[in-house]
Amino acid sequence: MEIRLNGITHAYGDTAVLRDISLAVPSGKIVCIVGPSGCGKSTLLRLMGGLEQPSEGEILQMGDAPSGCLNPLTYIFQDFALLPWRSVRGNVSLVLEDHNLPKAEVNRIISDVLARTKLTDFANALPKQLSGGMKQRVAIARALAVNPAVMLMDEPLSALDSQTRELLMDDLIALWTRTPFTAIYVTHNLAEAVRLGHSIVVLSRRPGEIREIVHLDQPLSERHFGDATLEERQHYLWSLMRDEARAADAELLDV
Amino acid sequence: MSETAHTRPVRFRGGGFAPKPNRKIGIVVFVVLILLAEIGTRNGFISALTLPKPSDVLGTFAELYQSGLLWKHLIPSLSRLAVGACLGVIVGVGTGILIGLFSHIRAGLVPLVAAIFPIPKIALLPLFVIWFGIDEGSKYALIAFGTFTPTVVATYGAVDNVDRGLIRMGQSFGLSWMSIVRKIVLPGAMPGILSGLRISLAIAIILLVAAEMLGAEYGIGAYILEAGSLYDLERLFAGVVILSVLGVLVSAAIGLIERRLLNWRV
Repeated sequence: MEIRLNGITHAYGDTAVLRDISLAVPSGKIVCIVGPSGCGKSTLLRLMGGLEQPSEGEILQMGDAPSGCLNPLTYIFQDFALLPWRSVRGNVSLVLEDHNLPKAEVNRIISDVLARTKLTDFANALPKQLSGGMKQRVAIARALAVNPAVMLMDEPLSALDSQTRELLMDDLIALWTRTPFTAIYVTHNLAEAVRLGHSIVVLSRRPGEIREIVHLDQPLSERHFGDATLEERQHYLWSLMRDEARAADAELLDV
Repeated sequence: MSETAHTRPVRFRGGGFAPKPNRKIGIVVFVVLILLAEIGTRNGFISALTLPKPSDVLGTFAELYQSGLLWKHLIPSLSRLAVGACLGVIVGVGTGILIGLFSHIRAGLVPLVAAIFPIPKIALLPLFVIWFGIDEGSKYALIAFGTFTPTVVATYGAVDNVDRGLIRMGQSFGLSWMSIVRKIVLPGAMPGILSGLRISLAIAIILLVAAEMLGAEYGIGAYILEAGSLYDLERLFAGVVILSVLGVLVSAAIGLIERRLLNWRV
């Protein structure tokens, strides 16, 4: 399934957040969105998944979701959004409960996604017992459980320390290599963008407009920590963003 | 710079602000206060008109128990408390959730609840007698009404405090409205609802006495009021102690529920 944005403009009251964004997210690819803080990248993601409505423009999903897909557009949130009163297994089963699946099928899906995210041994743990990295793996397992057509990832690794982030990036790459999924990955971390993105959309500061789309051809599985070509791309991205980021940082926020 | 001259350990500035549970101290405070009252009343430092002897109160209580009157008073009171408080809490939690979820209901009911809250419900007792009859009806209504308002306020506050991120998550996974309310909003509001319940149930016990002011032959409240009008301090205090014990038991029961239901809290 593909996602296409046509001339998206969005404003909160008088504050324009996004201006004329047109973008296509091809099937089976990861598109990263980077930009200075407050440029509307998270808003863009909320628009894409139907959690907010754009002031202008349209968002289209093209093609049907694959069979067995319970929730075509599935989010992974920065703050994990796990129910603290449910165990790991309970958090995954939450998103399956409304679909009237047979019990055996639910159990099969849960065991499968917990195995894929290496959480089988922690099925009965409560979120408060888990580290940040494990919590995000639970959120990833929950997203995988509904067999999404498109994953919408809102700074999924930003709340984690840098070592955990490396480990989870490897996990994500392994998951993608096994079964390529379509994803939109919002981040402010350029290192993550060059590791995970097939293409990287650079937004300007508010109101966010597309400044440039950078394509990376190197296969995900061949991108490693400290790779020289990736470093070079990352520097290039930073050169695009630096002045914008500085200007964005000096802005007063009218909230 | 000389090292020895100014070498000293860094002063400890942290600690405190973290109360730990300690049951023993609570019991000690009770025992000491009762002992002081006992000693004071025995040597005449406290006159018999001011305070009864704790040992006499205990004697009255034992008498009450032996004569079987204790249960005769306690059972009607407990059933009034149970029916009234259950009604008030159930309707209160339901209303609180509706106020928390729907803007129109909120706009309509919040001012109404604010207007009802400060009314001393006891003042409405004569009215309740006309509306609900002099029997149990008016007593249930008074207690229910008194527990309703604090429960509503606590509940909608608790619903307001449910993490919106979790609700967005539920929506993003296509959960139905009912599922979101049942599986995200209600459990998320539970800590606030339970702490509100502590207050509402204490108010229910207070109102029990008021409810038994009119037309109650038996009941702890009736017993206390009768003792009060005869200035029988021993019986008055025996009744008051029963109410206190009731309060402690209710609070302990909520504590137990909290430990069971809220073990997920950090």
